[in-house]
Amino acid sequence: MAVAARGPGNARVDHLLVAEMIEPHSRVLDVGCGDGELLKLLESRGVDGRGIELSREGVNECVAKGLAVIQGDADADLADYPDDAFDYVVLSQTLQATRHPRVVLEHMLRIGRRAVVSFPNFGHWRIRLLLLFGGRMPRTDNLPDTWYDTPNIHFCTIKDFRDLCTTVGVKMERALALNAWGRPLRLHAPWWFWNLFGEQAVFLLSRREG
Amino acid sequence: MAELKAVAGRIAVGREREADQPRSLLAVFGRDQPLRLDAGVELSPFQVAYQAYGTLNAQRSNAVLICHALTGDQHVCNRHPVTGKPGWWETMVGPGKPIDTNRYYVVCPNVLGACMGTTGPASTDPRTGMPWGLDFPVITIRDMVRAQAMLLDRLGIDTLFAVAGGSMGGMQVLQWAASFPQRVFAALPIACATRHSAQNIAFHEVGRQAVMADPDWRGGRYFAEGVRPHRGLAVARMGAHITYLSDAALHRKFGRKFQDRDNPTFSFDADFEVESYLRHQGSSFVERFDANSYLYLTRAMDYFDLAADYGGMLANAFKATKTRFCVISFTSDWLFPTSESRAIVHALNAAGARVSFAEIATDKGHDAFLLDEPELFQIVAGFLDSAATARGIAKV
Repeated sequence: MAVAARGPGNARVDHLLVAEMIEPHSRVLDVGCGDGELLKLLESRGVDGRGIELSREGVNECVAKGLAVIQGDADADLADYPDDAFDYVVLSQTLQATRHPRVVLEHMLRIGRRAVVSFPNFGHWRIRLLLLFGGRMPRTDNLPDTWYDTPNIHFCTIKDFRDLCTTVGVKMERALALNAWGRPLRLHAPWWFWNLFGEQAVFLLSRREG
Repeated sequence: MAELKAVAGRIAVGREREADQPRSLLAVFGRDQPLRLDAGVELSPFQVAYQAYGTLNAQRSNAVLICHALTGDQHVCNRHPVTGKPGWWETMVGPGKPIDTNRYYVVCPNVLGACMGTTGPASTDPRTGMPWGLDFPVITIRDMVRAQAMLLDRLGIDTLFAVAGGSMGGMQVLQWAASFPQRVFAALPIACATRHSAQNIAFHEVGRQAVMADPDWRGGRYFAEGVRPHRGLAVARMGAHITYLSDAALHRKFGRKFQDRDNPTFSFDADFEVESYLRHQGSSFVERFDANSYLYLTRAMDYFDLAADYGGMLANAFKATKTRFCVISFTSDWLFPTSESRAIVHALNAAGARVSFAEIATDKGHDAFLLDEPELFQIVAGFLDSAATARGIAKV
C-alpha cells in the first residue's frame, strides 16, 4: 500500500476496520505484520498480540517497538502453531502474497477461533479498466509494483475470496468493502456492487460448526 | 621478550589468586548452605564472585541478571582486574546503554566452575588446601543457575526483571526460564540453543584433548607440580576462536595477507596474519584462564539438553510460562545457527509464551553478540523498555 487512507488517531482506515472486528482483551496473531502498526493499534486496545513477519527489517523494527514478533513465513511457519492458540488470526494485506492462500486460510482457522482477512480487490473497476484498455497488468497507487517484481502473486477479487471461503467451508460472519477513498461501501449493497466499487475488502471468518 | 614473559607471569599469578580472592563482590555459602549438584554430590562450602552495577529500586523490581559465556566473567563493564582491558559487554551494559545501569540494577556472577572467584577447579579445595583440579565435581548449566539463584536469595532479589546472555550465557537464560519461571519477568537468550549439537560437542572435545595432550597438564594436577598447560590451552582457544568467527569475517579481516613480511619464509613461522592473530588469541587467553576450568565449562555446555529434562518435549520446559522472551540469532553464526533459535521459538509458541525473535544480518559470526551491532542494541533496548513499562519500572 503506497498511500493508505488515515482515520482517527492517524490509524490506517483498513486497520481500524480490522481492529473493530476484534473483541478487546483477546489473543491475536497478526500474520505478515509488517512494521507492527496494526499490532500497536490492537495493543492500545488491550489486545494480547503476536506477530509473524517475513522481512528482517520489519521484524527488527517491531521488536525494537516492544512487540512480540517473530521472523517467519505464513506459508511455512503457521503449521508449527498448535490448535486454538489464538482467539483471532489476522492476515492484513498479505493473502495475495502467500504461495498457498487456501492452506494459509485453513491454518488460520485451525490456530484461531476466528480469522480476519483484508486484501486489495482485483475486481475493482479501475483495475478492470486498466487491463481492458491498457492491455498491461494493472498498477495503481495502492498496488504500484510491476508484474515482475511484485510480492503479490495471488491476486483475487471479492467474489473469488467468497468462493474460497465456501470451498474451504468457513463461515463469513462479517464483510466490509472500502472504496478508493477509504470509506466503507453501503452495507446492504449486492456483492457485484462491492466487487466493482470496493478497492479493499475485510472479512471476519469463523469455523463452520459441525 | 624476557620483560614480556615477566609481565605474563605476573598476570598469571594475579589470575590464580583471583580464583580464591577475587577483586569483585563475593558471596560465601558456608557448610549450612550446600549446593546440590546434578552429579549427585553436594558442594560445600562454596562462593560466588559477582559484579553489580546501578541501584536496586525500592520495589526490588529492576534487577537484571547477566549470564556470561564460556570464557567470559563477571567483569561486564568495568576494567578487568587481571588483564586491565575494558569489560566484555561495555557496548551493551552501562549508563545510557541498552541494558541501562541508570535504570536497571545489573548483577553478573562468575559461573560455577570458572576461575575468576566463583568456586571451580582452580579454587582451593578446603579438604586438601590445594586447588581442586579434577577432584572438582562435574557441573552442569543447571548447577550454575542454582548457584546464581542462591546468590539472588542472598541479595534479597525475588524476581528478576530480566535475564540476558549470549552463547553459554544464553543457555543459562533458558535454564533460568525453565527452572524458575516465576522469578523471571523477561528473558533474552542470544546466539544459543537448547542443546549442544554433535558438531559443538566435537569441537569442544578437540579443545579438551589439546589441553590434556599437553605434558604440563599432569592429569589436572599442574598447580601442585608448578607447571601450567599453556600450550594445550592455547591450541584449544585457537580452535574454538575459529568457530566464533565466520569465513567471511576472517577473509575480510585477514585475507591471505602476510604478517610483517612480503614473501613466505618457507618455514612454519606465522607467515600469515591470520596465524599470528590466532597465536595471539591463544597466548593472551592462557594468561587469564584456567585449563581445568576450560574442561569443566565445555563439559557443562555439552551436557546441556533442556528438552531431555522435560521428557523430550521442549515446549514442556516452558509450560504456562508468563515470562516474555526475546530470542536473537545472527545470520553468519554457524556454531549456534538460526535454526537452533527457531527451535526455541517454536517451543515457546507451542507453550503460548510471549516471544519475539529477530535474526540479525552480520558476517561477524557467533561473536557478533559481543561486538558493535547497532541492530542488536536497538532490539535489546526496545524489548527491555517495553518490558520495563509493563513491569512498572520508572524511566530515567
